[in-house]
Amino acid sequence: MSQGFLKTSIGKKIVMGITGLFLTTFLIIHVSINACIYFNDGGKTFNAAADFMSHNPVIRILEIGLLAGLLIHMIQALRLTMENKKARPIAYAKIDGAANSKWYSRSMGVLGSLLLIFFVVHFANFWFPTKVAVFTNHEHNSFESMKLVFDQWYFVAIYLVGVGALCYHLLHGIQSAFQTLGINHKNYTPAIKSFGVWFSIIVSLLFASMPIAMHLHIIQ
Amino acid sequence: MGSGHGKELNLTLKVWRQKNTKATGSFETHQLKGISVDMSFLEMFDVLNEKLIVEGKEAIAFDHDCREGICGMCSMYINGRPHGPKDGVTTCQLHMRSFNDGDTIVVEPWRSTAFPVIKDLAVNRSAFDRIMASGGYVSVNTGNAQDANNILIPKEAADDAFGAAACIGCGACVAACKNGSAMLFVSAKVSQLALLPQGQVERKSRVLKMVAQMDEEGFGNCTNTGACEAECPKGISLENIARMNRELMSASATYTK
Ligand code: SF4
Ligand code: FES
Repeated sequence: MSQGFLKTSIGKKIVMGITGLFLTTFLIIHVSINACIYFNDGGKTFNAAADFMSHNPVIRILEIGLLAGLLIHMIQALRLTMENKKARPIAYAKIDGAANSKWYSRSMGVLGSLLLIFFVVHFANFWFPTKVAVFTNHEHNSFESMKLVFDQWYFVAIYLVGVGALCYHLLHGIQSAFQTLGINHKNYTPAIKSFGVWFSIIVSLLFASMPIAMHLHIIQ
Repeated sequence: MGSGHGKELNLTLKVWRQKNTKATGSFETHQLKGISVDMSFLEMFDVLNEKLIVEGKEAIAFDHDCREGICGMCSMYINGRPHGPKDGVTTCQLHMRSFNDGDTIVVEPWRSTAFPVIKDLAVNRSAFDRIMASGGYVSVNTGNAQDANNILIPKEAADDAFGAAACIGCGACVAACKNGSAMLFVSAKVSQLALLPQGQVERKSRVLKMVAQMDEEGFGNCTNTGACEAECPKGISLENIARMNRELMSASATYTK
């Protein structure tokens, strides 16, 4: 590709789309591993999976890619938002947004910011302690730490808000990424769109169910 | 919504007034009485302007030309939507029967850095002209026109090209977009030529140049909200934007000067 491509408005959007889809694929892995708690075996299966994820070298390289993807996605979003603000310096006095678009498609920045705040809490709860344990060669029982966190109702609340933001971010993001990548076809777009909707809802419901199940001690 | 033939409305109009490009504008409120539901939105403005002139005040500047929905000049942002509350029509084709007695109607110009206000509701859309001049054309051979059936075009391609060519360049897509993006307009103009045999010669350089010019004009970046497609009076589809993205990707990868 020619050098200038990434500097065009379309090139920048494509970076958003690709990093977004990349981050989305990670959700499949994340939610699958978390779902291991539903074996309800005192966290045995879940801990084994979590242990594999935190020690396997391939996964650890992927993890760096993931963080890089997240960073690029955020920085690019910030840049694009600032440029877009400049494109309309005087706001309309009256806007009937509901007449032409979905509220969440117009709120990706707000939803993304909510997600970022959620990630800070989430990383502090789980990712960081796991990393510390791995680097200091300590045992870390992820399942037990999950139980501790989700015993607090306010953490459950924060997680539900975070997952809600994720759901709406994905609802627009997935189909938007395909459109940006130029994949819009009368035969396939309806299927892509409904895939995006189902994916967002199922993944979010699964994620949301976990803090609740743990808080209610359905999973022990 | 709306009322029967021959009825009359009393309305409150809040109109954006701005002396020139540099001036800071503000809203001006006007009470209108006895507006026929059979009037077009622009005719309602004509009535108001005549009243203003009689009162010795300055008439409100607004763009219009054909008044039959084909030229793309009319451009009012009415009650929060470009071209007003009805789908698939331009401001000139909007009629007062779409409003109710006692309504307050807020009218603003297209708001975009790339479309500076000239005066009141009239904005300068020559950014679109510069995008067209950068590559929105085909080079043709001079001489006699050749037989129409010499160049065969698949029906699907002809239909899609026709659909894209319906764009009248009004700029409602930019006005509707929360990012002030011109992607729908530019993609329609890229598509109408990329789909046809006559457009192949400059196909790659065209999309590169037109996108570069679009970015230079200060339009925002598309976030696929779809507001443009919903507000476009000519039903230009988002498929054109996807096509332009594909065109740009492949042209960036393969074009050599
Ligand atoms: S794409 Fe539609 S809204 Fe945009 S300039 Fe063309 S006709 Fe107007
Ligand atoms: S005045 Fe020509 S389209 Fe409205």
